[in-house]
Amino acid sequence: MRTKALQVMLLCTSLFLLATALPSCKGKIKDADISTAINEKIKTMTDMSGLTAAVKDGVVTLTGECKDEACKTVCETAVKAIAGVKSVVNNCTIAPPPAPVVVVPEANVDALTKAINDAVKDFPGVKTALNDGVLTLTGEVAKDKLQKLMMGLNALKAMGLKKIESAGLTKK
Amino acid sequence: MALQDKYKELIDAATNAGVANLQVREQEGVLYIDGDTSGTTKQQLWDIYGKLDPDYSGGDLMLNINSIAGVSEGAKLKVTTNRTNLNIRKGPSTEDTVVGKAARHEIVTLVKKENDQWWYIQTKDGEEGYSYTQYLTPVE
Repeated sequence: MRTKALQVMLLCTSLFLLATALPSCKGKIKDADISTAINEKIKTMTDMSGLTAAVKDGVVTLTGECKDEACKTVCETAVKAIAGVKSVVNNCTIAPPPAPVVVVPEANVDALTKAINDAVKDFPGVKTALNDGVLTLTGEVAKDKLQKLMMGLNALKAMGLKKIESAGLTKK
Repeated sequence: MALQDKYKELIDAATNAGVANLQVREQEGVLYIDGDTSGTTKQQLWDIYGKLDPDYSGGDLMLNINSIAGVSEGAKLKVTTNRTNLNIRKGPSTEDTVVGKAARHEIVTLVKKENDQWWYIQTKDGEEGYSYTQYLTPVE
C-alpha cells in the first residue's frame, strides 16, 4: 500500500514537473539558438555575407555593409522569419557606389595639342581642331597614309584624347 | 554592347594574339581597346580595323595598341619612315631644331625613352637626339 502511494506521488510529481518545465522551454527560444540560425543564413545567403548580428531577448541588431537598399531589406526579412525573433534593428549601411572607371585619363591640353601637332606633321594636308578631348580632322590625306596617321593619333588616347572625328577628312 | 559586336573580329584577334594588359571598354559611344603587343600584331590589328572601317572614320573606336612598351634601353631600332630620312631633334617635339638625320632602314640604338611618342636615340655615327617613335620599329 505504501509503495503504491509513493508511486502515485512520484508520477504526480513528474507530471507536474513536465507540465511546468515543457512550456517554458517551448515558448521561449534562446538567444543563442537565434544566433545560430542567423549565422547559418549569413553563411548561405550571399546578400547577408559579411554581416554580424547581436541578439538580446529576441531583438536582433544587424550590422555590416549591404550593397544596396534592396539587399538591406532582404536581410531584415530573412532574419525576421527566424523563429523567436521579436524585432530587428537594422543598422546595416549601404556600400558607397564604386568609383567610375577612368577609361581616358584627364588631358593636359597643351601637351596633347603639341602631341597632335607632332603626329600630323608629316601629313601636310590634315587640319586639326581639339575641343574637350575630341579631335576633329578636316582637310585631306592620301588613302595609303591614312592608317599611319590614325595609328599615331589613336596612341594619344594615353594622353587624354577621347575621340577622333574624321568623317570630314577627305581620303584620296 | 553594339560596338563590341561591330568590332568583335578585332577584339577576338587581340585576345587570341595574347595582347598584354588588354582592356576593352565602352564609354560615351566610343569603344576603347588598349593593350601592349609586338609591332607585327599591332599591324595585324590595324589591318582588321581597316577592313571593318576602311576610312577609320566611324569615330567610335580608339585603338590604343602599344608596340613599344616592352622595348628596353640599348635595343636596336630600325628607321621605318615611308620614304624620307628620320629627323633627330634637340628636344622631344617637332618644334625643336633638327640636329641630325637617320636614313630610312638604318639601325639606331635606343638610349632613353622620353615618352611613348619621343625616344632619345643614337645613330652608328654617334649622332644623338630625339626621334618620333612611330617611325622606329624594334628589330625583332
